[in-house]
Amino acid sequence: MKKLPRNQLDSLFAALSGLQKLYIPSDDASGQAKFTVYEPGMTLTKNLNTVRSAKDLFFPQVENLMGFKVTGKQLELIETRDVTEPFVLFGVRACDCRSFEILDKVFLAEPVDTYYQTRRENGLIVSMACTRPEETCFCAAFDIDPAAPAGDVSCWMDEENLYWQANTEKGETLTAGLSMLADCDAEAVESQQAATREIMQKLPLASLDLSAFGAGKTKELFSRPEWNQLSEACLGCGTCTFVCPTCQCYDIQEFNNGKTVRRFRCWDSCMYSDFTRMSAGQPRPTQLERFRQRFMHKLVYFPDNNKGCFSCVGCGRCLAKCPIHMNIVKVIKTLGEGTK
Amino acid sequence: MQRVKEKAIELLTSGAVDRVLGWRAGEFFYDLTPAVFTSAEEVEKDFVYSVFSGANLSKYLIAESRKGGKVAVFLKPCDSYSFVQLLKEHRIWRENVYAVGVQCGGMCDAEKLKEAGASGLTSVREDGETLIAETIYGEVCVEKDKALLGKCQVCKSKKIVCFDELIGEQGEEIPDNHRFDEVAKLEAMTAEERFAFWRGELSRCIRCNACRNVCPACSCEKCVFDNHDLGTDNKAAADSFEENMFHIIRAFHVASRCTDCGECSRVCPQHIPLHLLNRKFIKDINELYGEYQAGADFETKPPLMDFTKGDCEPSVVYERGGANA
Repeated sequence: MKKLPRNQLDSLFAALSGLQKLYIPSDDASGQAKFTVYEPGMTLTKNLNTVRSAKDLFFPQVENLMGFKVTGKQLELIETRDVTEPFVLFGVRACDCRSFEILDKVFLAEPVDTYYQTRRENGLIVSMACTRPEETCFCAAFDIDPAAPAGDVSCWMDEENLYWQANTEKGETLTAGLSMLADCDAEAVESQQAATREIMQKLPLASLDLSAFGAGKTKELFSRPEWNQLSEACLGCGTCTFVCPTCQCYDIQEFNNGKTVRRFRCWDSCMYSDFTRMSAGQPRPTQLERFRQRFMHKLVYFPDNNKGCFSCVGCGRCLAKCPIHMNIVKVIKTLGEGTK
Repeated sequence: MQRVKEKAIELLTSGAVDRVLGWRAGEFFYDLTPAVFTSAEEVEKDFVYSVFSGANLSKYLIAESRKGGKVAVFLKPCDSYSFVQLLKEHRIWRENVYAVGVQCGGMCDAEKLKEAGASGLTSVREDGETLIAETIYGEVCVEKDKALLGKCQVCKSKKIVCFDELIGEQGEEIPDNHRFDEVAKLEAMTAEERFAFWRGELSRCIRCNACRNVCPACSCEKCVFDNHDLGTDNKAAADSFEENMFHIIRAFHVASRCTDCGECSRVCPQHIPLHLLNRKFIKDINELYGEYQAGADFETKPPLMDFTKGDCEPSVVYERGGANA
């Protein structure tokens, strides 16, 4: 393990940004945190987490796929893929680190999504342990330890120091080039971890029970009458899906001016009325069905197809941001209790 | 506030209404969800009217009033303006609604409590003008003013403009509300500064459509921005679109129908001050056509939907500031 006095964080950021593009969670004009390209003078946010998740860096909201140019009867294919370069993503929380594993199951399964794959290969993740979880946090329900985040490098921070632990070969290589880091023992980190784990026990959602959900539960859950009440106030906006670190649905669309076509993909939301609208029509005509799809996907269908793995990491963003305060925790509790 | 809950129970028990539209208790004290209650037991268990009942219930009546039977709704003063505006637009079936007006001392925002240092919220109590928040990390005191929703900090009226029954006192309009101060600041900027301000603010848009979907004035069956057959749909959050078009077109569309209920800014996950676009229109309409408040009554025609010989000429816009207007 290595450490660096906190007042020298700037030197670390300067060194990292000298090697590769560096993203850190920093406050935007509204005072909320966002992963932003580091520039000298920029400071780390004091907010627990970013509004938009770290998935943005690997699966951007809008991305060019390819282009076409039509001249007479000639059709020319144009490469429009965005050029991606190696980058360091600093300050990723344990929940978002887990989200990468979930996204990998989708995008890196055959056929591999090479757009996502290139960004994953280019990205180096430096995670940051939590010390002050919010009441909306429930990562522990998915066996995530916020005091021991994954990533190529794991970091902890206390009043005096940043602690740095390389976990992968990529992380080791990066560490070797950072001369300002000094060797240290793990004592301070271990005591911080113990304190954080104690707080985790006290969180209001610490005992969230997922036993009613998981692979094979479709029959028990699909037709439950509670979906009606749970979905009745849903506005059908995309907030929950867009701030979610594991939502991965996208639409493919084109800008077409008659001569050139730009084909791109953009995030889609299962909450939208035109989601998966096909030539045959609309598969989910009401908000109840759209709403049910989102939660069944996270809590049942994804586990069905991925050896029981839930597609939620308990980051709490949807709890904080849903305009009507409906969210996955309320779904889990309402349907879970009805099952007992 | 207990009287609101008692009224809901009374209305259901007496059979005066079939359903009650109110706010359902959440996981925490602040995360209330708009909800329909059908029994007194359900109300007893889950109904909450508190300083976190900020959500405007009016728009839900478009669907609820068409479901048959009678639905009671609780309307805070600003919600009642949206209710009247929707009635004027014939979007709500009035005969199926029993409107209960409830007075409001300003609604709070949990995110603002957190910004003021109360992270890990578990409970809150009021002590005069102070909110005492219990958190996982100890007690935090926040002045209530600082925790108010943006819309409540410049409340325009405590008057409930339409109701079948009132709980508490009828209130008055608040002429001295300062809600146009922020607009005046934007007007005082140069065109370049103002352009930069809006490009910056709107650059955060993630195109979640929460502002549109919550807006009582946005009640089109099919939004033009969702209309694939028309070719006007756009799902991509593109800087050429959201930053310059979507929000501004929406503001134009709701101009003279927007009651300034503030829901757009309340729900924006990116804290974009969208209400300022609408307020600019309201301020301009006031100045060009005379004072007008959407939803204030059933008679006055919205200035942009009415033609009179006294209407200002388009050239007035140029006279006010030429290219800088």
